[in-house]
Amino acid sequence: MRVLTLDVNGDRLETAAPDHWTLLEVLRYKLGLTGSKQGCDKGDCGACTVLVDGKPVLACLTLAAEAVGSKVTTIEGLRPAHLEGGGTGVDPVQDAFDRCGALQCGFCQPGMMLTARALLNENPNPDRTEIQKALSGNLCRCTGYTQILEAVETAIAESTESEPPRPAWTQDHPHVREDAL
Amino acid sequence: MAARDIHGIEAPWTEFKVVGKSHRKIDGMAKATGEAVYADDIQLPGMLHAKTLRSPHAHAKIVSIDTSKAEALPGVHAVITGKDMPIQYGVIPWTPDETALAVDKVRFIGDEVAAVAAIDEDTANAALELIEVVYEELHAYMDPRESLERDEPQIHPNRKNNNVSKHVELEFGDVDGARKASDVVVEGHYEFHGSTHTAIEPHCAVAKVSPEGVLTIWSATQISHYVHRALARVLEWEPQKIRVIQPCIGGAFGGKSDPFSLEFCVAKLSQLTGRPVKMLWTREEVFYAHRGRHPMSLDYTTSATKDGKITGVDAKILIDGGSYSSFGLVTTYYSGQLLTGPYDFPSYRYDSTRVFTNKPPCGPKRGHGSVQPRFAFECQLDEVAEKLGMDPIEIRRKNFHGEHTKTVNGQRITSSGFMECLDKVEKGSGWTERRGKLPFGRGLGVAGSMYISGTNYPIYPNEMPQAGIQLKVDRSGLVTVFSGANDIGQGSNSVVRYIVAEELGMDAADVRVIAADSDLCPVDLGAYSSRVTFMVGNATIDAARKLRKKIVTALAEKWEVPEARVRLIEGRAIDLEDTERSIPSREAFEIAEARFDTLGSTGAYNTPTLGGDYRGGTIGASPAYSFTAHIVEVDVDEETGRITVPKVWCAHDCGRALNPRLVAGQIEGSVYMGIAETLLEDHKVNRFGLHSGPSLLDYRIPTAIDTPEIEAYIVESLDPEGPYGAKEAGEGPLHSAIPALANAVYDAVGIRLRELPFTPAKVLKALREKREQESKAGGAAAAMDRHLGTH
Repeated sequence: MRVLTLDVNGDRLETAAPDHWTLLEVLRYKLGLTGSKQGCDKGDCGACTVLVDGKPVLACLTLAAEAVGSKVTTIEGLRPAHLEGGGTGVDPVQDAFDRCGALQCGFCQPGMMLTARALLNENPNPDRTEIQKALSGNLCRCTGYTQILEAVETAIAESTESEPPRPAWTQDHPHVREDAL
Repeated sequence: MAARDIHGIEAPWTEFKVVGKSHRKIDGMAKATGEAVYADDIQLPGMLHAKTLRSPHAHAKIVSIDTSKAEALPGVHAVITGKDMPIQYGVIPWTPDETALAVDKVRFIGDEVAAVAAIDEDTANAALELIEVVYEELHAYMDPRESLERDEPQIHPNRKNNNVSKHVELEFGDVDGARKASDVVVEGHYEFHGSTHTAIEPHCAVAKVSPEGVLTIWSATQISHYVHRALARVLEWEPQKIRVIQPCIGGAFGGKSDPFSLEFCVAKLSQLTGRPVKMLWTREEVFYAHRGRHPMSLDYTTSATKDGKITGVDAKILIDGGSYSSFGLVTTYYSGQLLTGPYDFPSYRYDSTRVFTNKPPCGPKRGHGSVQPRFAFECQLDEVAEKLGMDPIEIRRKNFHGEHTKTVNGQRITSSGFMECLDKVEKGSGWTERRGKLPFGRGLGVAGSMYISGTNYPIYPNEMPQAGIQLKVDRSGLVTVFSGANDIGQGSNSVVRYIVAEELGMDAADVRVIAADSDLCPVDLGAYSSRVTFMVGNATIDAARKLRKKIVTALAEKWEVPEARVRLIEGRAIDLEDTERSIPSREAFEIAEARFDTLGSTGAYNTPTLGGDYRGGTIGASPAYSFTAHIVEVDVDEETGRITVPKVWCAHDCGRALNPRLVAGQIEGSVYMGIAETLLEDHKVNRFGLHSGPSLLDYRIPTAIDTPEIEAYIVESLDPEGPYGAKEAGEGPLHSAIPALANAVYDAVGIRLRELPFTPAKVLKALREKREQESKAGGAAAAMDRHLGTH
């Protein structure tokens, strides 16, 4: 057992966990932050991705003790941080993922959205290849990645006030931008 | 109104306000913020953790199990083995050959043998090491051909047909006669490999048993209802004492359709310990649990006339079922039944045999049973076209069966937008200008397919509806929908919301959906066979219209106007002829509640009588079929043998797209999955039955870099019986991706690949054989020249 003081989403949290527990286990099972997912528990799928000092990290391969002294951001932290920064609603990445249909089963998406958030923090205007490369450590089985890429590009388009991507199918469904809800 | 009513394709109030638009999903924000609760996110006070001991042998008798040391380990609360739950079950009621834990023998490496509940996973894992099992190994079957020929040992004893799981032989029309009379015959042998779902969420279940004896189970299942029935059977509990809840699910694709060992184990362990119990499988366990795509060996013969009309199709299929029956009865029928569109052919025969082997059990994976034969047949169609010098799209147009027709095996076809699908991909890909004119190594291939929107075979025979919906209207202005359907990410809860909002003229945000909780929701048969949008959609319209009628009647009475003047629209009720008269939905509900008492309604759907008049004729008989066309572009590297796919065009006829964005997501996800299993994925075991790579690294599913650019087109042939004309979209668009890719490889480099997956080694071998043949032919031609020259 080890007592851990962690900085998670801006909160200083104290907890105790066995020495071998990973950051993912402590987040999920000790701190109740279950937004970070376990898909493989061996660093293959990326569903557990969290930000440690702003960089995407596989929480299932990171011992909880290693995160002591770093700032950890989980999916639960994105919206509060956005609101604290003076924004409304949710983080633009979350909003774009929702609007673009990127959230089918949603299981891989917390990791995917955090990876996308880290990318855009570093490079606010990446091209499609750069986005694909950045997201290549996060496996998704539902979407074929297409609407995920559109979501990231939509978030970029909105921040740069340019035209968001228009997939071919929208030509026959022009009412598609009526995101009424 | 009733379960078999047809609600028509029209909007309830002349034009659609919600349906047909790309709204957000009902659960999108919960998923975006991490709030959505999946099975492993559930933690209950005092909860124990369970783990499973699995067989190290592919086929063995269990001589003895000693659990005493495990039970003595501090922190262990219960250990169970097969004798605790010996009753057999199976998702198909005719083939119950599974037990929660192995009773007297194990049938594949990974078969469940014992389960432990302990204070934490580490203790449970340590306890597994202390369980002593003595096995007597038996001959293990790894080759389905051996299972056909060899009787002893039997994998499932006391079956009539030795190691045969199911055999179906059906003939429609005169296949042999057609072949004799034909101008062109193409014969070929095809090998379709196994692949698995790899939903990113591993299987997980949590159970608790109350002191009154009520079992509540949360499980990552896509078919709650069959889990409910199986639990009642195996645990010998009354079904009303079981509550099955499906939390948010992290992908399924057919892989969470069967009742699984962990559901029975957590229930039993909770009963024994009086504490909640959770079991979460590791990724490796999920690979062994499998239930994925059946490997098939397919022999096909296609006959045609010289003008390209198909006259007969003859198929012989050997299906490797793995160790249990699962959905195998249906798989065996689907392998033949679902090939008879979108083309018309007057004669068809299939002879399908599913055998048991000592491998992880196969089951339904997206496009259940019909993806494999579609591959073989669409490749043959390409060869027929080539022999006749026809354009591969033209031959597909020529054989199109049309709309409102019947297939050779008696399936009723209603709407079909297949021709428009072909037009879309032909135009989008620049087929006419580009095919055959691309540089060597680049190619385009086409294929078509059809799929069911559910079937009228309800797994267990009964006269009750296949789908049910219940509505509760509150004077707060909220409408709550209770839906039995399993939303597995495809968006069924969203579709239910859109329909209710459309019918009741509401702001969609004021419609909430409670789903897949057996205590609260009416029965739905589950998320399989692409049945949900069609059936649950119709049930929702049914329920909403009953309620709408009450609201409209109450308002008409109150306002003293004819009912035709009352309209519910965008969160208000209005008098069409007196625009001053306009009240919010909430007030309309109050007026209706005052008039009719507490408001609520139920709705249901059941299929009409369908299918051919022969044994198995209802299997694959669907109230509506979806249609798809793919064009795939490939790049074949002659030196490395590597195939890459720069782009795929896929047009899918889903009837009315209730939410075009969700439909596009289903098309794109299907295309991705089809290309992935064609090129990368291979679910296989070695000669001992050990999985070749049970991890998400070794089992290669594509990343964002590997996935081709996908251009999706939505075709809407409004179906007379679908909800507003809708049909399925979740599985159909996978099928023809695979043969279209194969046909593109032929266009690129002139090789016909008939064995999946298309690895670089197979490509190089085929290229080498082609060169050898050409040089032989070239040599022969040169020799002939010399021969002629000397004379």
